[in-house]
Amino acid sequence: MKRGTKTLKEGFARMQKGGVIMDVVTPKQARIAEKAGAVAVMALHAVPADIRAKGGVARMADPAVIKQIMGAVTIPVMAKVRIGHFAEAQIIEELGVDMIDESEVLTPADEEFHIDKKKFKIPFVCGARNLGEALRRIDEGAAMIRTKGEPGTGDVAEAVRHVRQVGREIDELVSVKKHRGMLRSKAEEYGVPFGLVEKTANIGRLPVVNFAAGGIATPADAALMMQLGVDGIFVGSGIFKSSNPEKYARAIVEATRSYDKPAVVLKVSRGIGDAMPGISTKNMPDSQKMQLRSR
Amino acid sequence: MRVGVIGFQGAVSEHMEMVDAVLGRGSAVAVRSAEDLEGVSAAIIPGGESTTIGGLMRSSGVFNKLRELGKKGLPLWGTCTGMILLAKKGDEQTKRTGELLGLMDMKVRRNAFGRQKESFEEKLQVKGIGKFPCVFIRAPAADEVYGKCKAIARFEGRIVAAEQDNFLATAFHPELSGDLRFHRYFLGKL
Repeated sequence: MKRGTKTLKEGFARMQKGGVIMDVVTPKQARIAEKAGAVAVMALHAVPADIRAKGGVARMADPAVIKQIMGAVTIPVMAKVRIGHFAEAQIIEELGVDMIDESEVLTPADEEFHIDKKKFKIPFVCGARNLGEALRRIDEGAAMIRTKGEPGTGDVAEAVRHVRQVGREIDELVSVKKHRGMLRSKAEEYGVPFGLVEKTANIGRLPVVNFAAGGIATPADAALMMQLGVDGIFVGSGIFKSSNPEKYARAIVEATRSYDKPAVVLKVSRGIGDAMPGISTKNMPDSQKMQLRSR
Repeated sequence: MRVGVIGFQGAVSEHMEMVDAVLGRGSAVAVRSAEDLEGVSAAIIPGGESTTIGGLMRSSGVFNKLRELGKKGLPLWGTCTGMILLAKKGDEQTKRTGELLGLMDMKVRRNAFGRQKESFEEKLQVKGIGKFPCVFIRAPAADEVYGKCKAIARFEGRIVAAEQDNFLATAFHPELSGDLRFHRYFLGKL
């Protein structure tokens, strides 16, 4: 019997496709998310908007609370750890969480190295702003990629930028796929093995499941990201910072499923209350951008 | 010939690629409404989250249509979540999945082998197919089969694949194994 293989890690991520993964901080929120049709919940100590507002050092959630969340729902439970903090990841794995998000939402523990994710039996998801970041994380063992976007803002613009950027760079690879020399220099530029670049060029997409995250706040935002070609949606503050989390959660699930049917997205967008208060990312100083915390 | 893959959530494209590899390009269609089931010769319910897929099948009308077609003899195959939905009975956790299609005489258990940490790969003997590389991801299992339902693979005493007339259920994921034999076997029912 084999456990913790690449097939099992990437296969787990494949089972999430087309779904919505919701940030939760309590067992009660986890049950609301499950009831609304979330495919998984992400346990953390505070939603990104609160982390942003509060400042200070953001760490993994209290294991006792994560355990309560695991007991409250039957869908998979994920948890965030600090970038490079492999000891937090070891604790989360020991706890029995289904997937780890090595996340820029928390305060990075290592400015130089990400976690060596191949050493773990459970799968990892990591954020990326461009193809180089995505392939480096995959090379480190990530089973799933998500856009970084700009967490806790409710501004979808950065997630859009990142998904377009990755798409553009994959198109470039595809256009030179017959030229091994050019692929080789791309591999060098990205700092990843040639084989990974070649594979990406051949299949014309990221070799693992790719979700949108970071600023998705409304059903329309979810429909937009799905039409831009992502495999599914992470919603952080968008649900539990809205005026009616139950309705918002259900509406975002429904919009993710029917992303290409405007009539359905219209129907679910009506009468659901107010979206989370937003912060525009346009004039945000770099020092406040979580997406710049790793590369 | 068209084969429908219930296309709301989960390993949809993986099944479609395997179906296309067996029957030829364009044979697989993603089913997201009851109308999408018109004229299909068989259907597959993929793995994903059973609560989500079950809910979306019910709200879209696919659930009732699939049950009706299944009763009329349409070949149906459920993998993982699909296995749960095909069953008549389930354990306590399965209650969260909501109503089941109730087409196969078996009692299923959700997350029978534990969480993702306990997910595993194992080569198992499958009746009618032979040794097959089975990929189990937070997989269910059947505690018992009765009536017309027959177990075709077991692991550690649990039933992980079953067959009943036009219905096939697997707790594991042949669409992730890179081995087409299971898809050939199911599509051989057409």
